[in-house]
Order: sequence, then C-alpha cells, then structure tokens
Amino acid sequence: MAGAVAGKPNVEVAKKPRKRRRLKVAHPERCIGCLSCMFACSRINTGRASLERSAIRIKTQGGIEGDPIIVVCHACEDPACVRACPKGALSRKEDGSVVFEKDLCDGCGKCVDACLIGAISLDSEGKAVKCKHCGACVAFCPHDVLKLIEVD
Amino acid sequence: MLRRVLYIDLTSGESWVEEKHDLFEEWLGGTGVATQLLLKEAPPGVDPMSPDAPIIFSIGPLSTMFPAMTKTVAQFKSPLTGELGECYAGGRLAMAMRFAGHESIVIKGRAERPCYISIENDRVKIRDATSIWGIGAARVGVILRDVEKGVGRRSIIRIGPAGERLVRYASVIVDTYRHFGRLGLGAVFGSKNLKAIVISGTEDVAIPDSKRYREVYNRIYRMVVQTDAMEKYHDLGTPINVNVLNQLKGLPTRNFQSTSFAEAENISGERLAEEFLFRRVSCAHCPIGCIHIAMLKTAFTPHHEFEVRRVSYDYEPIYSLGSNLGVTTAEGVLELIDTCERLGLDAMSTGVVLSWATEAYEKDLITPQETLGVPFQWNNVKGYIKAMENIVAAPNEFYAALARGVEFAASRYGGMDFAMALGGNEVSGYHTGPASIVGQLVGVRHSHLDNAGYSIDQTAAKKQLDPSSMVDQIIREDDSRSVFNSLVGCLFARGVYTDENIIDALGSIGITKSREELSELGRRIFLEKYRFKTREGFDLSKARIPRRFFETVSTLGRIDPETVERMIALYKERRGWA
Ligand code: SF4
Ligand code: SF4
Ligand code: SF4
Repeated sequence: MAGAVAGKPNVEVAKKPRKRRRLKVAHPERCIGCLSCMFACSRINTGRASLERSAIRIKTQGGIEGDPIIVVCHACEDPACVRACPKGALSRKEDGSVVFEKDLCDGCGKCVDACLIGAISLDSEGKAVKCKHCGACVAFCPHDVLKLIEVD
Repeated sequence: MLRRVLYIDLTSGESWVEEKHDLFEEWLGGTGVATQLLLKEAPPGVDPMSPDAPIIFSIGPLSTMFPAMTKTVAQFKSPLTGELGECYAGGRLAMAMRFAGHESIVIKGRAERPCYISIENDRVKIRDATSIWGIGAARVGVILRDVEKGVGRRSIIRIGPAGERLVRYASVIVDTYRHFGRLGLGAVFGSKNLKAIVISGTEDVAIPDSKRYREVYNRIYRMVVQTDAMEKYHDLGTPINVNVLNQLKGLPTRNFQSTSFAEAENISGERLAEEFLFRRVSCAHCPIGCIHIAMLKTAFTPHHEFEVRRVSYDYEPIYSLGSNLGVTTAEGVLELIDTCERLGLDAMSTGVVLSWATEAYEKDLITPQETLGVPFQWNNVKGYIKAMENIVAAPNEFYAALARGVEFAASRYGGMDFAMALGGNEVSGYHTGPASIVGQLVGVRHSHLDNAGYSIDQTAAKKQLDPSSMVDQIIREDDSRSVFNSLVGCLFARGVYTDENIIDALGSIGITKSREELSELGRRIFLEKYRFKTREGFDLSKARIPRRFFETVSTLGRIDPETVERMIALYKERRGWA
C-alpha cells in the first residue's frame, strides 16, 4: 500500500525555484473507485467533505463493475482554460503553472467548455474548481494510482 | 449536521422533511435512530407487508466523513421472522443520502401500481415503473442509470423478481454487488409496489474545525490502510475463511451434516483469487477495496465463444451455496451466486432452504411430484438453479412454502431437526461452538454479525473460555456494535474505530461524547430493539434450536445442549430478564 502521509497543500509552488509539478495518473488500471482522492482534494483544499469541490474526478461508467475513469488536469503547455476565461481568473505563470483566482471568477463556465478533458467544473456556488497540482490526492490514494511528477 | 428525516407516503404520493434534532441528539444516528422511528411508525402487530408497515433507512454522523463509514442501515418488520427486520448495505447509498441531505428516510403506504422513487436533494418524485416490473435487478440498474441524472454520486437500489413476488427472503440490490440481503426487505419493497429508489444530491458538508478534522482523519486513514487489521479484507477478502474454517472443523457442509468439506480447496478464497478474481472495488469513501469480483467464463459453443459474467463473491454465499450444498467447483458456486443476484434472493437464506430441501428429499419427506421433477441433490447446480427459479415463480404449494423460509417449510413437510434457522432466520456459515449458536439466537436480528459469537468460539479454541465469560463477551459485542451501527460503519473496520477514535472523530465534527455515554447508549439501543422484538412476539424462552447443531462436531467438539441452555440462562440473568 502507498504511504499515507497527509499531503501538505503547496500553493506556493510557483515561487520556489524548483521545477513545476503536475498530477499524473500513473496506473489507472489499479483504481478501486474508493473516491479517497476526491474527498482528500475537497477536505484539504476547501475544508469540506464534498465531491463537487474536488478537482480530481473518478467517473464510473455503468456502475462499479465498469472501468473507472480518472479525470485530472493535464497542466497544458498552452492551457485552453486560460485563453477561454474572459475575467482573467485563470492565468499562466512563468513556470507554466495555471493559477486560479477565485474572486475574479464569475461562473460563466467558459473554461469548462474549453477543457475537453473535463478537468474543470463549477462547484455549487458557481466557482470554477481547478487543480493546483498540490498532491494531496496522491497521498490518500491507497493503490498508487496517482503520482506527482516534475515537468521539464 | 443534517438531522433531517425525509418521509414518503406511497399511498398519497406526498413527501415532506422533518428536522429532528432531539432524536439524533439522543440516539446518535444509524440504527439508534432507525429503531426509534420503527417503534413509532410501525403499528404494534402490523402485517409486515401491509401499507402501514414502514421502511426506514438511516445513516450516521460520520457517514461519508471518515474512511469506511460506508453503510446504511435499513429497518422494517421482517416478513420472514415477523419481528425486527434489520440489515446493512454499503455501496454509494450512504454517500448519496448524505449529499441529498437526508439522515433518515421513512417510506410508508403502497403505490397503486409499480413505481420507483427518485430523490434529488429535497425533490422527491414517485414515478411509474410498470415498464420495468418483472425485469432483473442488474438490468433495472442499467435502465435507471440512463433515465436518471446524477452520474457518479447517485445510488440506485432495487428489487428483482423475488421481491416483486414477495419471497420472504428477497433482497434489495444496492448499486452493484452490495445488498440489503437479510430478513426480506425485498419483499417489503414488493408489497409496496416499489421497484427502486434513485437518490442523489449536491449538498456538501462544511466542517466547523477543519484542522482538527484533518488530523483525526489522517490518523484513522493511516490505520485503515497501514495496519494489518484490515489486511485480510483487502487481500483474499472474507473467503479467506473457507480454508480456515474447514481446517477448524467449522465449515457447515451439506446442511450441517459435517463441518469439513473434502473439496473446500476448490471453492476457497485462494482458488477464487488465483483463477477467477479480476477486480477489487470499494464502497464510496473506503480505501480497503474488499469487494471481490470474479470473471465467470462459460463456453456456449465448442468454438471459443464465451458468455462472461462478473460475479462478486464473499464467504457467506460460498458457504450457503457452496459447501452447504456440497458444490465442488468454484464455477458452480459462482453460477448459484449469480442466480441469486439475478432473481434478487438473499444468498444465505436461499442456500439454507435448498440444503434443507435436499436432505428432506433424500429422506423422502418431499417427493418428485412436489419438486415438479427437479432433482434436489448435493452438487447438482443445474437442479438448484431451476429450484431457485421455482421458488420465485411459486408454481405449486411446495415452492410457495420454500419461498416462506426454512422454518415454515419444515413446519409443513417435517425435518425440523435439520431446518437450520435461529429466531426464524436461516443461519450463517459457522459451526464453531456454543457462542455462535447462542449469539445468533439472542442477537437482535439473529445474525452472526450481531455479536460475532463465531469469533468468541474461535478464541475459545485457542485458550480456555468458560460459558460465563463467553456470555459476557456476547453482551459486550451486542452493546458496542449498537454504537458502531449507529455511526454506521463497515464492520470490517471495527478494529480501527476504537472508543478513542470514535470519540475523536465525533469530536472533530462537533459532537461531544464520553466513553461512558457511548457505552450506556449502546446498551439502551440494544434494549430498545428488544422492546420492538418482544412487542412483535419474539420470546427468547421459546426460541427453537435445531437438533442438528448438537449432532455435528464443531470447532469446539460436540456441543452439549446443556451448555447452550446454561449460556442462555446466564444471558437472561445478566440482561436482567431472568
Ligand atoms: S484545466 Fe484543462 S485546459 Fe486547463 S490546464 Fe488543466 S487540462 Fe489544460
Ligand atoms: S493535485 Fe491537489 S488540487 Fe489537484 S486534484 Fe489532487 S488534491 Fe486536488
Ligand atoms: S484514491 Fe486512488 S484508488 Fe481511490 S478512487 Fe482515487 S485514484 Fe482510484
């Protein structure tokens, strides 16, 4: 089983000199559909127990007997979500990471449409839910499905 | 904090929500709250299948908040035993109820024609289900997934043909592979013309002190995934017990005629894991992944054309439909489990009814005329499948009797000595010693999980335990499980949820309880359940113990009826009932 050390939210990644990190689905076929990652993301990043506020999504197609589909942000080089946002709530930093400023978001949903992967959604308050690549979900996946990798 | 009860009346089509702070304050949640709702909503002596009989679902304060707090409790008056009906299921139901914002749901009445209930947050719709009446449970799941919204966070529970046709041990299938199996909830659904419930919601749960919550969560999560407390459930799963119990001479075989099975290896957890297991999955918010799914491949032509079925397996169905029916191959067991799944029958009761019938057939208590030519023979898988279909279709009096449970069937055809039920409920797969018998007999729902007597016996096999301390342990488990089942956690994680962890977990979400308060609460909940049982006619002094238990060697050797009698007397005395 994977180490279960609680991941520290690290929103200041961009300020540090080290390389940008991104979340990667390393072993999708090992997923047991437990949703621990989704609850970790909402618990650690929003202080809530919620599926709506999780930036990672586990979709089961046709019930749990089907293959689970794990949807995560790909940390695009040229992020469509950033270009789509008319309010400047999503911006791309020098190191390539995408930062989301909640206060600027007015819930238009253009980013949601722009990301074909489906990595962005709106929560129940109508604000975008965007992955920070913090790794909290990685720490709570019991089956080594997820990884945080450095991006060159 | 939710504290909301959703009421649905199928007769009038009305539904409403009531906030009940005091109820949850006093009884915590889960089974504690459900018992109070049942006592209040079920008129004394009500016919379990009348419109006035309620169905109650409850989750608890930790549901969806902590790992392995995954279960929902259902309470009703059992059409099988005529007293307390209670069972538990995992899957996504607890999460869906939580996010829909309902801690309990009470359903009464009877719809005019087949219906299903669609719950999305506070919006409740009772919709026509005539087009899916008669359709198997798996297929209905597929259909409703298409028709209803809420992908990924909804739960769909439904009955199969057995529930529609009021088989007294019909199950309710929860999502996929999970069940409200025992004591006939499926028949109560059927009696209300209720085919299914779909529930989903978008509420999320804000936590008062999220730092504290995260700390406690981390500790509990670590224990769940890292300690070997959970090891056996995520590796081989519960079927690990097949070989273990076989070696201990505790594996009921051919209707408890023996307790070791020469072919046990063929149907063991090891064999299934090596040759059939293809996936393990989890209930929502549980990192264990104990649901083991086998791939059953059967060729339907000699040209490599296969039917592939995915069958989830556990220890109990392997006992009841395997060793207990003398089934010698894993394929055979999986096929029988799949048939139960398709028809919506409880696997345990079905296996015990069939094993009684097989013995009765051997002893000429029942005739080929009565079985309509179906051979009731050990290991005859095809015959058993036909028999199960007949139990549901009830083409004659004999099969209609089987559909009422083993106690009823034996009262008609004889063979009471080997009709393996305790408190009217077909027994589970342990012939380990006196604690297993007494535990199931006194248990609130006559289940091995009420107080785990089988495990007390297994301890006694290693170190001396006198009947008196066995009784003490049964009482302790009765009471402490009443608390755990009010939370409503998965019993596999019981070892992780120590008193201390329960108190901290509750504390982190703003509920203060002391150890003393919890232990007092457990005792009171247990007694409240007995209040319902006694009110509906259960009498421990008159409870029947099948003689077979005393004839077949158990893990602790041959069981002396006097030991069991003494333990029951001690139990009553310590409960203050003597
Ligand atoms: S949200 Fe979608 S578009 Fe934006 S960076 Fe992530 S994957 Fe790319
Ligand atoms: S990396 Fe962080 S923000 Fe992204 S899905 Fe995982 S927990 Fe959520
Ligand atoms: S925590 Fe891991 S195993 Fe569980 S659902 Fe998420 S990715 Fe799958």
